[in-house]
Amino acid sequence: MKTAHRKARSKASRVSGPEVAAAHLPAEAELHRIAERILRLSDADETEVDITANADALTRFANNTIHQNVAELSHTVSVRTVFGGRTARATTNKTDEESLRRVVAASGTLARSQPRDPDLLPMLAGRRKYAKVSRFDAATANATPADRARAVERVAKLAALRGQTAAGIFTTGGSASLLANSRGLVAAYRQTRAEFSVTILEADSSGWAKENSPALAAVDPQELAERASNKAILSRNPRALDPGPWTVILEPAAVLDLVGFLFYDFAATAVRDKRSCFTGRLGKKLMGDNITLWDDAFHPLQTGTPYDGEGVPRQRVLLVDRGVPKNLVYSRSSAKKMKTKPTGHGFSLPNEWGEAPFNLVFDGGSESVEEMVGSTERGILVTRLWYIREVDPYEKVLTGMTRDGTFLVEGGSIVAGVRNFRFNQSVLEMLRNVAALSPAIRSTAEESFEMVVPAMKVHGFRFSEVTKF
Amino acid sequence: MLDLANFAIETAKLRGASYADARVMDIRSRELSTKNGQVGSLAESESMGIGVRVLLHGAWGFAATDRMTREGVQACAAEAVAIAKASGLAKRADVEMVPEPAHVDTWQNPFVKDPFRIPLEAQVDLLLAADREMRRVKGVTVAEASMNFRRIDQLFVSSIGSRIHQVKMHAGAGIVATSFAGTEIQKRSYPSSFGGQHQLAGYELVESFDLVGHAQRVGEEAVALHKAEQSPEGTKTIILESSQLGLQIHESVGHPIELDRVLGMEANFAGMSFLTLDKLNTLRYGSDIVNVVADARLEHGPGLGTFGYDDEGVPAQCTDIIKNGLFTGYLSNRETAPAIGLKRSGGTMRTESWNRLPIIRMTNISLLPGTWKYDDLIADTDDAILMETNRSWSIDDRRYHFQFSTEIGWEIKGGKKTRMLKNPSYSGITTEFWNSCDAICSRDHWTLWGTPNCGKGQPMQTMGTGHGASPARFRNVKIGAAFAKP
Repeated sequence: MKTAHRKARSKASRVSGPEVAAAHLPAEAELHRIAERILRLSDADETEVDITANADALTRFANNTIHQNVAELSHTVSVRTVFGGRTARATTNKTDEESLRRVVAASGTLARSQPRDPDLLPMLAGRRKYAKVSRFDAATANATPADRARAVERVAKLAALRGQTAAGIFTTGGSASLLANSRGLVAAYRQTRAEFSVTILEADSSGWAKENSPALAAVDPQELAERASNKAILSRNPRALDPGPWTVILEPAAVLDLVGFLFYDFAATAVRDKRSCFTGRLGKKLMGDNITLWDDAFHPLQTGTPYDGEGVPRQRVLLVDRGVPKNLVYSRSSAKKMKTKPTGHGFSLPNEWGEAPFNLVFDGGSESVEEMVGSTERGILVTRLWYIREVDPYEKVLTGMTRDGTFLVEGGSIVAGVRNFRFNQSVLEMLRNVAALSPAIRSTAEESFEMVVPAMKVHGFRFSEVTKF
Repeated sequence: MLDLANFAIETAKLRGASYADARVMDIRSRELSTKNGQVGSLAESESMGIGVRVLLHGAWGFAATDRMTREGVQACAAEAVAIAKASGLAKRADVEMVPEPAHVDTWQNPFVKDPFRIPLEAQVDLLLAADREMRRVKGVTVAEASMNFRRIDQLFVSSIGSRIHQVKMHAGAGIVATSFAGTEIQKRSYPSSFGGQHQLAGYELVESFDLVGHAQRVGEEAVALHKAEQSPEGTKTIILESSQLGLQIHESVGHPIELDRVLGMEANFAGMSFLTLDKLNTLRYGSDIVNVVADARLEHGPGLGTFGYDDEGVPAQCTDIIKNGLFTGYLSNRETAPAIGLKRSGGTMRTESWNRLPIIRMTNISLLPGTWKYDDLIADTDDAILMETNRSWSIDDRRYHFQFSTEIGWEIKGGKKTRMLKNPSYSGITTEFWNSCDAICSRDHWTLWGTPNCGKGQPMQTMGTGHGASPARFRNVKIGAAFAKP
C-alpha cells in the first residue's frame, strides 16, 4: 500500500488533470488571494466570500467490470453583499479578474432589487477561534485511478469466483474551502474523503455494504465485498412473509436513514414555523430512556467544518437526553429571535431554512448485532432501507422499503432471506420501542448524511406490505 | 469554446483514444424564494466547464474541469485517457457502440420572455404578492413562493465529426401554504408540489400560472384539511389528477424502462428493474387504453425532457414504450441499444452539467390522452376518491411496489365531487395498477408536467424530466395503508 502511494505521489507531480486530488487542491494562501481580490472589488456595506475547490474521482463498476470512471476538478466562488439592509448571493466557478468583478456586481444588483430585511444582522466581525479538526489525509488525496481499479478488480474476482455479480463505487477526493468577510472573519477548512459501496447480486438475492471516511486506509473494499457477498448467499430463496408489526434488528445504515429524517426538526426555525415534529413537545418524553442524541462536529468519527455558513464556531449540542428532546440548534438570526445564543449550525445566507444539525452522534449501547439476533425469538434483520419519504410530518411517519439483505430470525438464528417489505413507521414511536442498541459507529447509507449511530433492536416495527422479490 | 472542445478531442485522439466527445456547458441560473412576507433567498450562479469522455481499448474514461484554458483542457483530456487506461484493469469485454452519423446543427427551445431580462424587482414583487394572499387566510402558518430559471448553453463535439450547439431555457414557479393545528401539519401547493410546474420556457410560463389568483384558494384548502374527514382504508376506485399521474408515470414507467438499470449498471444505488429483457413485446404492462411514449421532440411539447440532440449527439426521438397496453420499448443509448436488437440509440443520454458523465435518463415519458371529458368521467364514477397533488412517493428498487400519498382528496359519490378528504394514499404493484386503468381524459385535460428533481447516478445527477398526463381512473386500488392505524 505504501509503495502504491509513493508511486501515486510521483505521478501526481507529473500530471495536472483532476485524477489525483492532491495535485489540484489549492493552498489556503491561494484561496486567501482570491478572497482578498473580491473584497477589494466590492463597494458594498459588507461583503462575504465563500470559496470551495473540489477534486473528486469515482470508479463505478457493475456486472464485475468498470463501466464508468470519472474525475472532476471544480471551483465555487460565492459572494454575498449587503447594501442598506438588503443581501443576496451570486456564484461563479471562474476566478479570472473579469469574472470576479462580474460576480461581485451581480450580487450587488440582486441585493439592491429587494425590500430591506429588518431581521438582517451585521456580518460576524473579527477572527474567531475554531477547534482544530484533522480530516485531511495525504494518502487519500494521492489515490490514483489505478489504485481504485485494482481494488475493484479484486472485488470483481471475489464475486465471480462465487458465481456472483458485483456492482458499486470506489471514490476518493478532497476539498479546500475558505470563508471570509469584510469585517475580518476568516475560516478555512480542508478535507479528504474515501468511500466504497458494494452490492453483490445472485439470481434471487443480494447483499450490500458501504463505508466512508476521510482516510482511505479506514475503508476496506475486500472486507465490505465479503460482507455483501455473504449476505447475498444467506438471503437466497427469499420467503414471502406476512406484513404487520415485527420485532426488527436494524443495522446502523438502516437506523441512520430513518433517524436522518429528524435532523431538520431540531432547527429552531422549523419550530418557529411550526413544521417541526417537536413543535409544542420540547422537554416532553417522546422516546425511550435509552435514546440520547448529540450534534457533535468534533467527534472523532465525524467530518465537516468546525464553523457554520456565517463562520460561527460550531458547538456540541445535546439534542435528546434519555428520550426527551432538550435543545434545538440556532443560527445567529433564529437565536436572536428566540432570545438565545447561536450554536454554529446556520446555513449560508440568505436562506429561508435557518439551520440544522449535520453531525448527529448517538450514545450507543453494548449489544452486538449478533447478540441481538441471538436474543430474538422471531424477527426481521434489516441491512438497508430504500426510497424513504415522509408521510406524516408531525407524527414523523415515514414510508420506504427494505433492500439488499432482509432476513428472518427465529430461535436466535438467521434462518432465511425474506422478500422485501414496505414500512409505514413513526420514527418517534420507533425510538420509544428500542429494546437494545449496539455501540455507535460511523455509518453511511444513501438516504441521509453520515452519522455515528448504533444498530437497534426495535419491537412493533410496522411493515405494511410485501413486494415481489 | 469550439477551439477548446476540438483541442480536447485532438488531445484524446493523440493519446490513443478510439473515440472521444467533449461537452462545453455554460449554465446560468437564478433562484428566488419568499417565506412569510420576506425574501428567503435571492441568488444567481454561473458555471462553465468541459467534460471529456473517451474510449481507449474498449474502456471508458471521463474527466471534467472548469479550467477553460488550453492547458486546463489538455490536462483534462489527458486525464480522461489515463482514467480509461485504468478502467482497462477491470474490463470483461470491449465497449461497442451502435453507429451514429455525424451531426452539425444548432437548436434552441422557443420562449417569449427571457426571465433573466425581467426586472428582479418584478419577480420578487410577484412572489411577495402571492405570499401575502396566502397569509390572509387565518390558520396558514407558513406561506412560501418560489421561482427559478436556468439557461444552458452547450456545445457538443465528437471524434466522428459532430458539432452541435444547443441552448435550453428552463423556467419554473410555485406556491405552497402550510397549516399547523393540533397535532397535524397540512399543506397545499400550486400548480404542483415540490417547486410547482417547470418547463422549457421563458417567463411567460410563470405569468400563465396566475400565482396571486390561486393563492387564497391554496391557503384556504390547507387550513380546511384539518377539519376534513380522514380518507378511508380499503380497496376502491381512484381518479388521479394529472400532476400526480405524472409522478406515477415517472416512478412506475419511466425508471423501470431505463436500459442501464435493466442491465444491472445501477444495481448499487438506483437499483434494477422488473422489466427484464424477456418482457419486451410480451408483457401486458397496462390495459388496452394505456399508451406511453418517450418523446424528446419539440412537437411533443416544451417538457424538461425536450431537446434537439441528446448528450452523445443522437437526435431527439419518439419511442413507443407501451402501445395499447403492451410493453414495447426501453430508453437506450449507443452502448446499450444492441442488447435489445436496436441498430440505433434511442437518444436518451443526458447530463446534469459539464462535470457529469451522460447517462440514460428519462426524456418526456408521457401517457397519451384518452377520450373522456373530465366532467363525463366524474359523472360516470359512482364511488371513488379523486386524489390531487403529490405529498409523498416511494417505490422499491425494482419498481414493482409503490406507495403514494397526495395533499388532498375528494370523495366522488353518485357521479358528483362531494366532500374533501385528508391524507389520501394508495399503493400497489406497477403492472396490476396500470392494468386497472379504465378511463383516461382527453387532450383538453392533458398537461406536460415537469419533474425537476430526478436523482440518478453516482456521483448523483439531478435531472429534469417531462411527463404528460390527463386525469385517469383506476379500479380496485388499495388505499389508506400509509395512514393505517394499528
